[in-house]
Amino acid sequence: MADPEIKSYAPHHESQSAAVTESRPAKAVLMIVTFAFLGIFLLLPLIVVFNEAFARGLSAYTEALTSPDTRSAIHLTLLVAAISVPLNIVFGISAAWAIAKFEFKGKAFLTTLIDLPFSVSPVISGLVYVLLFGAQGLFGAWLKAHGIVILFAVPGIVLATIFVTFPFVARELIPLMQEQGNGDEEAALSLGANGWQAFWYVTLPNVKWGLLYGVLLCNARAMGEFGAVSVVSGHIRGLTNTMPLHVEILYNEYNAAAAFAVASLLAGLALVTLVLKTLLEMRYGAEIAATRGH
Amino acid sequence: MEVRVANVRKEFERFPALHDVSLDIKSGELIALLGPSGSGKTTLLRLIAGLERPTRGKIFFGEEDASQKSIQERNVGFVFQHYALFRHMTVADNIGFGLKVRHGPTRPPAQEIRRRASELLDLVQLSGLEKRYPAQLSGGQRQRVALARAMAIEPAVLLLDEPFGALDAQVRRELRRWLRDIHDATGHTTVFVTHDQEEALELADRVVVMSQGSIEQVGTADEIYDTPNSPFVYGFIGESSSLPVKVEDGQVWIADRPIGLSAPQAPQGEATLFFRPHDVELVDECNGCIAGTVAASRRVAGTRRVELEIGGERQRVEIELPVNHPASQKSRVAFRPGRWKLFPAA
Repeated sequence: MADPEIKSYAPHHESQSAAVTESRPAKAVLMIVTFAFLGIFLLLPLIVVFNEAFARGLSAYTEALTSPDTRSAIHLTLLVAAISVPLNIVFGISAAWAIAKFEFKGKAFLTTLIDLPFSVSPVISGLVYVLLFGAQGLFGAWLKAHGIVILFAVPGIVLATIFVTFPFVARELIPLMQEQGNGDEEAALSLGANGWQAFWYVTLPNVKWGLLYGVLLCNARAMGEFGAVSVVSGHIRGLTNTMPLHVEILYNEYNAAAAFAVASLLAGLALVTLVLKTLLEMRYGAEIAATRGH
Repeated sequence: MEVRVANVRKEFERFPALHDVSLDIKSGELIALLGPSGSGKTTLLRLIAGLERPTRGKIFFGEEDASQKSIQERNVGFVFQHYALFRHMTVADNIGFGLKVRHGPTRPPAQEIRRRASELLDLVQLSGLEKRYPAQLSGGQRQRVALARAMAIEPAVLLLDEPFGALDAQVRRELRRWLRDIHDATGHTTVFVTHDQEEALELADRVVVMSQGSIEQVGTADEIYDTPNSPFVYGFIGESSSLPVKVEDGQVWIADRPIGLSAPQAPQGEATLFFRPHDVELVDECNGCIAGTVAASRRVAGTRRVELEIGGERQRVEIELPVNHPASQKSRVAFRPGRWKLFPAA
C-alpha cells in the first residue's frame, strides 16, 4: 500500500523543485552579471582610488597625508563625527521610541519629517542653515550682536552634518521597535525595574544590532558628507575644510596624488565599516540569529 | 494577599472596556477570569497589575489602596501571553532579573540571585537549562521560565494572561495540572485569564465569567455549570439548548400545551427555557413533556446528537442520547429536561 503512494509523491516533488531551480546556464549568467556589475561599479573605482593614491610612491602618499592642511581636515572630520554621531544616537533613539511605543497625533507627520533629509538634496540642507544663520539670515543679526559664529565655522558644519545624518539611526530602529512592541518593557517594569533600567537592560539590548548598524551608516555618512557641508563650510583651508572638501580642493589644484591619498582614507573608512559589521555578525552570529529568530 | 476590586470602570479613548466591576479575591485563591474575546478579562487583569489605571473605582491589595501605585510598587508577578522573555538573556538571567534591578540593601548578591534562579528552575522542572537562551526552548519550557521569573520577586499576587494560549493541546493539559500543583505548593494568590472554559473549570477555585465588560457570575466550577445565573452563562459554559416558552398559572407552556414543568415563582408571560442537551429524560407517553420530530441525527464521539423540531413554529432543539438508544431510530421523540432554568424573554 505504501509503495504507490511514495511513487506518486516523488515525481511531484521533483517537478516542484525543478520549477523553482534555474538551469545551469541561467545560473551562470545571473552570477556573471552580478559579479561584473559589482566589479565595474564598486570594486574597480576602489582599486583606482588606491592605485592613484600610491601612484607617486609611499613617501608622496605619507607626505600628502601629513601636510598641515590635510591633518587639519582629518581632525575636523573626526571632530564633526564625534559630535554629530552621539547626538544622532540620542535623537534617533528618542524619535524611534516615541514613534514605536506611543500613540499620538501627528505621528505620521513626524515619521515623514524624519525622512526629510533623505528626500532633500544635501545642497538644500546646507542652504537652509545659510538662510537661518547667515549674515542676512533670520537669526543673523541676533547672532552677530551676541558674537556667535555658526556659519563658515565648525558649528555650522556640525549642524549640517546632523541634519543630513539624522535619519540613519531612527530609520533603522523604528521598524525594529515597532515589531518588538511593549511586551518586554512591561515585563521589566512588572519585575520592579524603573524606566531607565528597563531601557538599559531590555530595550537597548533588543535593538543593539540595529542600532550598531545605524551608527555605522551614520558615521560613514557623517565623515563622507559633501554637499551640505560644502555650502556652510566656506572652504577655509586649515580651518573649515573637512576631508571630502579637502579632496575636492586638492583635485581642483591638479594635485591628483594628494587628492587620492585623502580619498583613500575615506575609502578605507568604508572598508573598515564593512569589515567591522561582518566581524560583529560572525562573532555574535548565534545571538543575532536568536534575536532575529524570536 | 487579598485583592479587592471595587466599582472599577475603565475607558479607552471614551470607549468603555469595563463597567463598574467589583470582585473580591481571597488570599491564596486560584481565580480564573473567563470570557469571550472583548469581554474585558485581560483589561481587568492589567488593571490589577497596574499596567493600566482605572478610569474610576479602586483596587485594594489587602487593606491598602493600590490604585494609585505604580506597577513596580505593587509587586505583582505577571506572566504575559507571549511570555515576553528577554531574548538576549539566558534563562538564569531572565529569572534573576527582578532581583538584579532592586536597589540598595534589598538587592541580593549575585551569587544569591544565581542560587534563587536555580531553585526556581527546580520548582518549574527545568533544572540544567540555566545557560540556554529563550529561542532555544520549546513553547512549554518558555512558559515555565516566564512563571519562574514572575515568582522570583516573591509577588503579592501572581497574574497570568492566557498562560496556555500559545501551546498545543497536549502540552496545555500537562501544564494545567502542573500549574495547579505549583499553586498548591507555593500558595500565591493567583489570577489567570482564559477563554478556554475547560481550563477555567478544571483549574480554578472560583471562576469569574465575564461578558461585554461586566462580570456575569462568580462561583465554583459546580455553581457555574449547574446553576448559571444568566442566559449568557448558560450558553457560554458547556452545551445548552433553549426554547421559547410561555409561563401561565405556574406552568410552562409550549404553544398550547403544558410541558409538565411547574414554575410557581416565575413571572407570567414569555420566557426562554434553558437545559443541558445531555441532561434529559426520555418518556414514552407524552402527557406533559416536550415532543418533537427528528430533523437530524449525528454521531459525536460517545453520544448521538439528535435535533428535534418542536411544535408548529418549527423551533429546533438539540438533545444527546446514548449511541444505541432505540429512540434515535424513531421519527418522533418525547423528553423532559432534568435540570432546567427559565429566563424572561429578552
